[in-house]
Amino acid sequence: MKKSELPQDESALVNFTREVCYVKNEEGNYQAELSTGWEVKTEALNSAWKDIEERIEEAKLSVKKGEKSPIYYFMELRLMDLTVLAGYTGFWKFQIKRHMKPAVFSKLSDKKLEKYAAAFDVELNELKNTQF
Amino acid sequence: MQEFRHNQTAHCENGVTVSLLKHHGVDFITEPLAFGLGSGLFYIHIPFMKVNNGPAISFRTMPGAIFKRTCKALNVDVDRRKFKSKIEAQKFLEQKIQDGEPVGCQVGVFHLAYFPKEYRFHFNAHNLIVYGKEDGRYLISDPVMETTTSLSPEELEKVRFAQGALAPKGQLYFPKSVGDISNETLRLAIKNAIKRNCRDMLRIPGGVAGVKGINYTAKKIRGWREKLGEKQAALYLGQIVRMQEEIGTGGGGFRYLYAAFLDEASTITGNKELLKISDKLTKSGDLWRDSALLMSGIYKGRLNSQKDYDDCANLLNEISKLEKEAFKELSKIKI
Repeated sequence: MKKSELPQDESALVNFTREVCYVKNEEGNYQAELSTGWEVKTEALNSAWKDIEERIEEAKLSVKKGEKSPIYYFMELRLMDLTVLAGYTGFWKFQIKRHMKPAVFSKLSDKKLEKYAAAFDVELNELKNTQF
Repeated sequence: MQEFRHNQTAHCENGVTVSLLKHHGVDFITEPLAFGLGSGLFYIHIPFMKVNNGPAISFRTMPGAIFKRTCKALNVDVDRRKFKSKIEAQKFLEQKIQDGEPVGCQVGVFHLAYFPKEYRFHFNAHNLIVYGKEDGRYLISDPVMETTTSLSPEELEKVRFAQGALAPKGQLYFPKSVGDISNETLRLAIKNAIKRNCRDMLRIPGGVAGVKGINYTAKKIRGWREKLGEKQAALYLGQIVRMQEEIGTGGGGFRYLYAAFLDEASTITGNKELLKISDKLTKSGDLWRDSALLMSGIYKGRLNSQKDYDDCANLLNEISKLEKEAFKELSKIKI
């Protein structure tokens, strides 16, 4: 890529930093240049976030319908998967899957719920009385 | 004691390597050189694994390898530690800071307070340098940023003990002692690093790594629209572009970085043939950018026919062929 072709598009990097890219200068040598972003990347990130928001909405709906416990919703909200959540809570993945059943969730001790609350960065109360 | 100087780079691990080595007096080190000596260029598409609900693809070698290999090639002794206990991890860091020794840390970005929210996924192989403490806050040199920043002890502990794939476990690392680096050491380092990179790109068995891996992804792309539906298939393409790009590396970023390394290697060794390979890698970087542009047409919803997916796949096949050619020629060059 030539120096003159380096995109300077709007991106989420604004107010954070510009990024270093290696480009060919007029003499045909490589040099580092700063870019504010590239639309192609911004759109990729946007489409990923759009999908995340849809997943969160779907999770909300399944909790409302009583199909899943709030743990499922908060896992999606915090962009986690079972591996990540298992890491933060210390539970096994199969235990977490069980805790996602509303009937099991309603019988969980506060001690166990505290672990989830800490992993999700919410108050215990928020986890127990999720209102949508 | 020498004052620490911040360096901004395209990629975080290159940046930590450059800054720490410079701090220890290795003045000639640059980002392309660190990347090349670490045999950083790679491609792998790990089958049956998902990252953030998309395909697991990487354009660079394993996390940690660049620092390790580059230091080893330059006869630099390295200390690297992981911790079970957060208290021990904190104690060790505090000691190093008091000694005036900047250290590299592997961290997760999800809880990284100064990162924009849009970039904060559960990605655990980010690298930064802690180089001091002021008013109870750790001074941070994050190589992807233009300036330095800071984190509270709680914030730093949270990212050092992020959870999930590649959990950092408080991992930190720093050069222990830097020996004499002669011109001959550097020449040999370049030679061996190139040899290793040729092996990684050409001769890993299994068909999912190196230039063969690019064809593997191409084959998958041809089937995604049918198999996953338009929506999911488009998201998968977006993921490829994002992996190519992880914060700090411009489109086809690593290909340009390797081309820049070959330029520098040519100057250092006096071998002009390396420039021809550098041109091929530049061309490959351009093609990767073209492929990203084409894929963006699909995830933006402008294109969505099977032919568009086939076009992306064809472009990847072309890239695979070009990189195969480049590394085959590179493996024949005598340095």
